[in-house]
Amino acid sequence: MQTDHLDGNALAGPLAEIFTADVSAAVSRCATCGLTGPVAALRVYDRAPGLVARCPGCEEVVLRLVRGPDAAWLDLRGAVSLRIPLGGANPGAVATDGGAAGGG
Amino acid sequence: MTRWRVARLVKVRDENPSARTLVFDVPGWPGHLAGQHVDVKLTAEDGYSARRSYSLAGPEGVELTVQRVPDGEVSPYLTLDMEPGDELELRGPVGGWFVWRPDGPAPVLLVAGGAGIVPLMAMVRARRAAGADTPFRLVYAVRSPERLYYADELARPDPGVSVSLAYTRRAPEGHPRPPGRLTAADLGPYGEADCYVCGPTGFVEAAAALLVELGHDPARIKTERFGPTGD
Repeated sequence: MQTDHLDGNALAGPLAEIFTADVSAAVSRCATCGLTGPVAALRVYDRAPGLVARCPGCEEVVLRLVRGPDAAWLDLRGAVSLRIPLGGANPGAVATDGGAAGGG
Repeated sequence: MTRWRVARLVKVRDENPSARTLVFDVPGWPGHLAGQHVDVKLTAEDGYSARRSYSLAGPEGVELTVQRVPDGEVSPYLTLDMEPGDELELRGPVGGWFVWRPDGPAPVLLVAGGAGIVPLMAMVRARRAAGADTPFRLVYAVRSPERLYYADELARPDPGVSVSLAYTRRAPEGHPRPPGRLTAADLGPYGEADCYVCGPTGFVEAAAALLVELGHDPARIKTERFGPTGD
């Protein structure tokens, strides 16, 4: 059993630097095998320059994120789509200032 | 966009010989949901910085419980050296998937492996704080009694919350369950529930497989892995 990976929950902070919505709660579709599932459930490898997220079904790369000193590189070639929940009723609305605090 | 905030340590509490809880004052903290985490950044005088993710341990304010990892870059500082009044940078709350909301009606099954108890304890505490009557069951796998977090709090009765401890290496004298790895019997019998599993990667894979084996719908099993070391 491979135990050297994290999961897509670990992408929440680094992606929150770029996007207003919480991408870790989005549903992605793998470009290789078509599996859909939450970004939070991707396998994330962080022992590299940047973060590499792989599909839990076929192990192909779905997303890569590298943060340089003055820019971020986001490679999404392995994702056909991301369905990003928006609006007050979704569980993915992460608080920015004054945001989804305490479920409100 | 979520920015880095300055957090000042106000209080520490030892949980066991190798873990402690740190309570921070973070001006402008917007609040969070149980299960969310923060990214912590420590920067050395030479500019080198190290980042780690830690789950929020309580329903309100910024409270983290950190396990000391020998030779870790960050956890020895947090668990041994950092003193009230010291500051660090943190970003959050982040993570909107591995969360529980007090208005969720479904029964909840929480499965913790070691330090994976932290976000699940935040859910137990959020339930209590909200006065929710959602049935909760917590199965907490831990190596030995010295590794337990929140021992006193877990031993106190909390109506509607059942707690089972599964010691994996050494159990205290008189404990009814012999030490050993988590089995389907520890998680069963099956009852419809939203499941949350958190722990080291290997533990999470094994526990999630046991839940599926028992009949739980994989779509209702949420998992969070913190890697091989947690540091």
